[in-house]
Amino acid sequence: MSNTTSTAVAKVSFRNVNVSYGNEIALRDVNLAIRRNTIFGVIGPANAGKTTFLKCINRTIDFVPKVKVAGEVCVEDVDVSTMRDVYNLRRRIGMVFPLPVGLPLSIYDNVAYAPRMAGSRDKHALDELVERCLRQAALWDEVKDRMKQLGTKLSGGQQQRLTIARALSHEPEILCLDEFSIAVDPVTTMKIEDVLVELRESMTIILVTNLVQQARRLADDVAFFNKSELVEINSTDVVFGENPANRLTYDYVRGHFG
Amino acid sequence: MPERIADDGVPKTSAEKAGVAAVAAEIVAKAIDEEEIDVPSTGQEKPTQGIFVATEATHRKERTERIARRLLLFGTLILVLPLLAIILNLVTKALPILSLDFIWKNPGSDMVSGGIWAPLIGTIYIVFFSLLIAAPVGIMAGIYLNEYAPNNWFTRIVSLGVVNLAGVPSIVHGLFGFGALVLFAGLGKSVLAASITIAIMTMPVLITSTREALAAVPMSFRQACWNMGATRWQTIRSVVLPNSVSGILTGVILEVSRAAGETAPILFTGAAYYFAVPDNGLAKIFPYAPDEQCMALSYHLYTLSKQVSNVPPELKYGTAVVLIGLVLAVNSVSIAARVYLRSRKKW
Repeated sequence: MSNTTSTAVAKVSFRNVNVSYGNEIALRDVNLAIRRNTIFGVIGPANAGKTTFLKCINRTIDFVPKVKVAGEVCVEDVDVSTMRDVYNLRRRIGMVFPLPVGLPLSIYDNVAYAPRMAGSRDKHALDELVERCLRQAALWDEVKDRMKQLGTKLSGGQQQRLTIARALSHEPEILCLDEFSIAVDPVTTMKIEDVLVELRESMTIILVTNLVQQARRLADDVAFFNKSELVEINSTDVVFGENPANRLTYDYVRGHFG
Repeated sequence: MPERIADDGVPKTSAEKAGVAAVAAEIVAKAIDEEEIDVPSTGQEKPTQGIFVATEATHRKERTERIARRLLLFGTLILVLPLLAIILNLVTKALPILSLDFIWKNPGSDMVSGGIWAPLIGTIYIVFFSLLIAAPVGIMAGIYLNEYAPNNWFTRIVSLGVVNLAGVPSIVHGLFGFGALVLFAGLGKSVLAASITIAIMTMPVLITSTREALAAVPMSFRQACWNMGATRWQTIRSVVLPNSVSGILTGVILEVSRAAGETAPILFTGAAYYFAVPDNGLAKIFPYAPDEQCMALSYHLYTLSKQVSNVPPELKYGTAVVLIGLVLAVNSVSIAARVYLRSRKKW
């Protein structure tokens, strides 16, 4: 399982990570490294452990009852389980989940939520931040005249973009997207994909997706998970090429899996 | 369209809905006039051909449906009729005595004349102090149990305790209050002892209603906040509480009405047979020190009915009407608050 890492310290690295929920194993002996300022695609069928993989990084896995995490999950070479200020860790990582969750607050407050919870009070700075995040999430033009309206009253696709704006609001170093395009129409998906490519300049992006073509379009490296195991991690060209390291990968990306 | 439709196009109030329905009906009626659309007949004339023939099974289904409907309606009426009958009976019999004067005057020392001010203010006192104790404790416990408590044996035992405490008969609470507060803690029969007893009695239900209100806030909201680095308390304060406060308040208000009506818990802990309040000035509204006994409506009604002879009946009925009126008024406030807050539901 080689990795193309050349920079000294990987942004995120997993070393012998095992995760189980009670008797059910969710991740088995995962080793990988994610290069900084790349888009890292994660593909695999349902129940492969993709979401668990994301939750390990910002330690929201702690909220799952009966969970056991063994091994090291490192951000910037620091084991996250040893970090005392887990809230700071979570602010360094933006999370977007498959189903959009607009908080029952106004659109403005939705985006300003994280900075406020982190102690930011400067109205002017917040205004700028909210506008920038909403622009980045391709939502600004649709909501700029109704910032006071409830975020939960937006349509599904708009709420998902609101979620992305929110994830960007705490200026994360890592942006994790878990199948973000499920509730978003194709045109908006394309817009967001363009944004992701731009954002790669300033952050590391982890993109879990069921659309293998999306991973192919965007990702620099791709990891393929199946049945709680990391089957293959390789550069996108290799994964989608004629000779990926594992036969399963070849079958999966071509849609004749199983 | 003459009716105001909310900006997102979805009618909000029933009036708007009625407006939309009227407009829709009009459109359909026009369409029928112009296009002569076949409207399914409403049962007067039975279609006799093809798939429109009602089979025996259809008839059976319709019969069952009718029977079920009537049975359920019958159950509902059985439920409501006694309540209406009681209220009607009480009010008609109390009518001669009901007046502001009746509410505002002290009972006569012979217990067969005068008004009910002393018991009324006593009940308000006990309810207020019990709420002052029960509401903060109950709400805090409810928040802890729903938001923080890990799922372990301790939490399970506490939850079990709460459920069982809610089922303890109120007379047992009364005896407990007498033993623990009046005698052991040395509070004596007093407003304070009675309030604490009532608080202990109402707390489990408050905890449960708080938990239910919190549990109604979707988990995904909390997860979204945690993912942005908010602490549990920040999440509770900013998102969970603002969206469950209506449910919590409803629980509190319903507890008020329950506390007002209870007799057994205050029987041994603070209710006085007769204790008139000063007749003028501020002392009429703030008559009791916490270590004094007081009269209470529920206990007063019991005394009038069972322990004093020659009480004019309208005095008893008047007391009952005021007590029931108090409870119903508090309940209506709760219902009104719930309706209002539900109309502003945010998701």
